[in-house]
Amino acid sequence: MRIYVCVKQVPDTSGKVAVNPDGTLNRASMAAIINPDDMSAIEQALRIKDTCACQVTVVTMGPAPAEGMLREIIAMGVDDAVLISAREFGGSDTFATSQIIAAAIHKLGIGKEDMIFCGRQAIDGDTAQVGPQIAEKLGIPQVTYATGIKKSEGLVLVKRMLEDGYMMIEVQTPCLITCVKDKTIKPRYMTLNGIMECYSKPLLVLDYEALKEEPLIELDTIGLKGSPTNIFKSFTPPQKGVGIMLQGSDKEKVDDLVARLANKHVI
Amino acid sequence: MSFNSTDIHSFRDIWVFCEQRDGKLMNTDYELISEGRKLADERGSKLVGVLLGHEIKDIAKELGGYGADKIIVCDHPELKFYTTDAYAKVLCDVVMEEKPEVLLIGATNIGRDLGPRCAARLRTGLTADCTHLDIDTKKYIDFLATSSTLDVANMSFPMEDTNLKMTRPAFGGHLMATIICPRFRPCMSTVRPGVMKKAQFSQEKADACQVVMRHVELSPEDLKTKVINIAKEAKKMVDLIGADIIVSVGRGISKDVDGGILLAQKLADAFGNGVVGGSRAVIDSGWLPADHQVGQTGKTVHPKVYVALGISGAIQHKAGMQDSELIIAVNKDETAPIFDCADYGITGDLFKVVPIMIEAIKETKNA
Repeated sequence: MRIYVCVKQVPDTSGKVAVNPDGTLNRASMAAIINPDDMSAIEQALRIKDTCACQVTVVTMGPAPAEGMLREIIAMGVDDAVLISAREFGGSDTFATSQIIAAAIHKLGIGKEDMIFCGRQAIDGDTAQVGPQIAEKLGIPQVTYATGIKKSEGLVLVKRMLEDGYMMIEVQTPCLITCVKDKTIKPRYMTLNGIMECYSKPLLVLDYEALKEEPLIELDTIGLKGSPTNIFKSFTPPQKGVGIMLQGSDKEKVDDLVARLANKHVI
Repeated sequence: MSFNSTDIHSFRDIWVFCEQRDGKLMNTDYELISEGRKLADERGSKLVGVLLGHEIKDIAKELGGYGADKIIVCDHPELKFYTTDAYAKVLCDVVMEEKPEVLLIGATNIGRDLGPRCAARLRTGLTADCTHLDIDTKKYIDFLATSSTLDVANMSFPMEDTNLKMTRPAFGGHLMATIICPRFRPCMSTVRPGVMKKAQFSQEKADACQVVMRHVELSPEDLKTKVINIAKEAKKMVDLIGADIIVSVGRGISKDVDGGILLAQKLADAFGNGVVGGSRAVIDSGWLPADHQVGQTGKTVHPKVYVALGISGAIQHKAGMQDSELIIAVNKDETAPIFDCADYGITGDLFKVVPIMIEAIKETKNA
């Protein structure tokens, strides 16, 4: 059994963010992190590896420096890594991205008992689309928003979150599962041994040449030009007028606030 | 099958996937049908809802009251509960046959499972979690004029453009982006719950709405997933979208998490019937459950009063709360971006300020 875990390196959008004068994001000024939902996917895969002999392969698409992230993930206990990287793939939307990742996994082979885990969504795009689209392109079933995964022969039992509860879903393998954060899934740390060995574990780089002949690749729907969706305009919202900063001691500020709220009949 | 997603001129009408759970329509259905009506009027086309489920014909007509011209009902025992396999098969089959120009899906946990699967199968683009939609270019320019810092007066636009212009927050809400899908149809969008306005219900329109039953074909080979059971959360979920008063907490409560949440609840009670929300940091740290999250990845809220306690105000958070009627912010850091969108700002330690505020509100109310 092999588990592929698809991950993405993302700018840390939770901290302070720098925007270039032209309105695009200044990625160079921001820390690059492993997408948080992907950490749950890695942990879920490693938990299965803890209980049975299986190979866990981490897969990412991105620029060459993403290798550093892959080595960190190997140091957590993953067996090997795949970096899909080519200028031709840059600017891909979710349709194009999923096509390329699906083609890469197809090339590596997906067996009867195999699974693909992804994070539900990445914090830079927040689309949650790439996972299901990989599954569709590979023609395998999907379960999204998973917090619990239990594998038996040919079948997986998944706890899938809904807004107001959850579903228990039985899915046949091979399948794709997207994982969310949950208090029961605390991603493990890199181990000392893992760090020592992480550069000796296999890392396969797949470039445009390696994938362009793959049956799942349509050359006219990849990259910035081929992607079905395009950015028409991007813009920043206008700042709302700055309100009133209340002055004085804590008590004075609160009294002033409450008086104003009472005047407006809010209280 | 003669379906070709690039033959864009053969596609007609605005469609809404109408989601039901336990045989009941979702709020997103009313919101999307109302929004879809506007788009259909801009495009001069029909608005059609597609409703999948089992024994659900009777709930279809109500959607006409919010603007649908027609509802296509796909009824089958295997559609009683949502499964990706069955729903994607049935929805894609009907889309391939009828070729809608636009397909809107509510960005619920189910819509965001179904949408990408269908878009990949139909070979078209999909834009996630949209917060604003236009077809008419003039309306889009008006939208930019009020909702962006762009100098629209000095920009040129393709006025004859009939693409669906799908606007959504990007990069965690730091930017807004308008996405188009010019070469493929249908234009697909999942639409953020709670953002689009629900229209006034009209019984007359509901009576005039055409309900069409469609034959559904599903074979066991189509179904690789099975729902074993569905459990509702035992605790009551917090209703942020419907709340008049929301008191939200951020990283600022870290030195006493339980105490901070308790203070927020007491303040919400002092205002009257308020609920407690949280920023992404609070939910990610496990201090509050996910249903409390306000922001781009949480819920978009429009309460009468929104109080932000110890929230720095990342744009990702603001994206979910800046349209509140009145915003009060308490933060230690006077440069916190939350003050940029607050009507009233207090620089101070929330653990000191909030108890005083609770007392002062109670006094004023009792006076």
